[in-house]
Amino acid sequence: MTESTTDKTGAPTARDDREARLPDTMSGWRLTARAFMENRLAVTGLGIIVFFVLFCFAGPHLYTTDQVTVDPVSSLLAPGGAHPLGTDPQGFDVLGRIMRGGQASLQIGLFAALIATGIGTLYGTVAGLAGGVVDGFMMRVVDTLLSIPFLFIVLIVATRFSSTVLSLSLILGAFSWLAPARLVRAEVLSLRSRGFVAAATVMGATKARIIARHLIPNALGVVIVNITFQVADAIIAVALLGFLGFGLNYPDVEWGTQLSQGVSYLLGGSWWLIYPVGGCLVLVVMAFNFVGDALRDSIDVRLRRR
Amino acid sequence: MVQYVLRRLGTSVVVILGVSLITFLLLHGMSGSPGRAILGVQASAEAVAAFDREHGYDRSLVIQYFDYLGGLLHGDLGHSYKLNQSVNALLAENAGRTAMLSAVALILAICAAVPLGVFQAVKRNSIGDNVLTALTFVAYSMPVFLLAMLLIQVFAMGLGVLPAQAAQSSSDFVIFTEPRAMLLPVLTLSGITVAMYSRYQRSAALDQLAQDYIRVARAKGLSMRMVLTRHLLRNACIPLVTLIGMSIPLLLTGNLVVESVFNYPGLGLLFFNSLNNQDYPVLLGYTLVAATLTVLGNLVADVLVAATDPRTRRA
Repeated sequence: MTESTTDKTGAPTARDDREARLPDTMSGWRLTARAFMENRLAVTGLGIIVFFVLFCFAGPHLYTTDQVTVDPVSSLLAPGGAHPLGTDPQGFDVLGRIMRGGQASLQIGLFAALIATGIGTLYGTVAGLAGGVVDGFMMRVVDTLLSIPFLFIVLIVATRFSSTVLSLSLILGAFSWLAPARLVRAEVLSLRSRGFVAAATVMGATKARIIARHLIPNALGVVIVNITFQVADAIIAVALLGFLGFGLNYPDVEWGTQLSQGVSYLLGGSWWLIYPVGGCLVLVVMAFNFVGDALRDSIDVRLRRR
Repeated sequence: MVQYVLRRLGTSVVVILGVSLITFLLLHGMSGSPGRAILGVQASAEAVAAFDREHGYDRSLVIQYFDYLGGLLHGDLGHSYKLNQSVNALLAENAGRTAMLSAVALILAICAAVPLGVFQAVKRNSIGDNVLTALTFVAYSMPVFLLAMLLIQVFAMGLGVLPAQAAQSSSDFVIFTEPRAMLLPVLTLSGITVAMYSRYQRSAALDQLAQDYIRVARAKGLSMRMVLTRHLLRNACIPLVTLIGMSIPLLLTGNLVVESVFNYPGLGLLFFNSLNNQDYPVLLGYTLVAATLTVLGNLVADVLVAATDPRTRRA
């Protein structure tokens, strides 16, 4: 019992000792990178992401399959021989299909996250810097939008647009900037009152200089961590949209649509339509979550050193 | 305390008004004129215009919004032209089954997550803790429908012990009358919730374990079991109250997916079918109700936390 709580209240652990001996000249970002690389889960996560990016984008050049022409003769073949993961009801090679679906899922995830984080950062910075009534109003708008379940509004809007990589990214991005907006605002509010900003003001720095040289670089950590989690969330969200029938249309595909097609054949025992693509989806989302967790911790390292 | 509750109530009203503005604008922006919806695509533009004029749909948006708001205040959520039924009736017809499904899943999730989280905190970094952490990570990274599909694959297809479809009875209490047919939907819905709750419960319990009062209780000779049940549990559950209040959107979204996958006739399936019909009055009516529930959930959670922990009232 006591043993399990000592490192929280008791003497510094070995890890803290090592950090304490680091040269003082080490920059914040190098510290962050170092803490990140020491985290095994993070490195694994990063490895998985790199693997899947190569698998989905370079893979189709090495393992060429026809993903456009329907081939009823070779539909629903079990894995083996020419088709390592079998074929789907249209006769498409499942391995090649996963690569193609992964391209769209990863692209939408990344685009949506960038859009959301971009809007959120801008909004949060403006609210945090403006303060007062403007801030109050802007945050009530965020509260209002946050109280509407995300998937509801995204689905309703998605019924009106044809589904493309761009439209899905825009829809998802347009409704997921609320969390980053809150985070960035809180960060800006706390940074504004720190000593180094006061010091810069005293030294005669202009407002623009404080924003560009002090606030943005210091808030960047929070923003980068947020992008990682946003990618994970967007990949899940687009899978849900695809599963509910609002995904990309033939010949394009993303993992959610692929899974929803597989469901109908699950009862017939075609497990290869579900498990490989489902596994890829979970692995990728988990990898982004690992990297996000690790980034958050390693940016904490930087904050501790400040 | 009264002042705090009043202030929170005030912001909640503002937020709900904001939501009603959004649903109103979406209703107008997405669905076009009710005249077109009622008279059909064959009707002439003049007939549609005449209908809209007669029923006041040609007035300015501001006036129409106050009309809509007046309807909402009288409990009127609108009319589904596709089904020719009031949205109220449609929602009321399905609300009981969905509420029952969510409540059972939520209670199950809490009953599982609290002991799991405390266990993980007490035995932290043990094999059991690591296995559970890994499991929650997987569940957390999994879309709801994938969990549902895996459960169907294992229990309905592989073992053949449970049906793959939910019970189709229209009774609100179908969970209790046909528990076998409802086990998979309930498990799916509580599965995703457990993953989230137990994670929070673990860190909440960890925070409490490091507090002095635990050490004092141990030092005065109380058994570990008594410390855990009498002291730790009460304090470690406060974050959970907030979490439950905040997880209403998660439950509503979960319902939407679970009911579509298992074909359970509730609000989620109604929403899913309305999506395919592009029945916007129903979609936005339910969205408004969902948002109101979310706001109320947050309000109740905040008030409960303020009641249990006076320090939060000043914030």
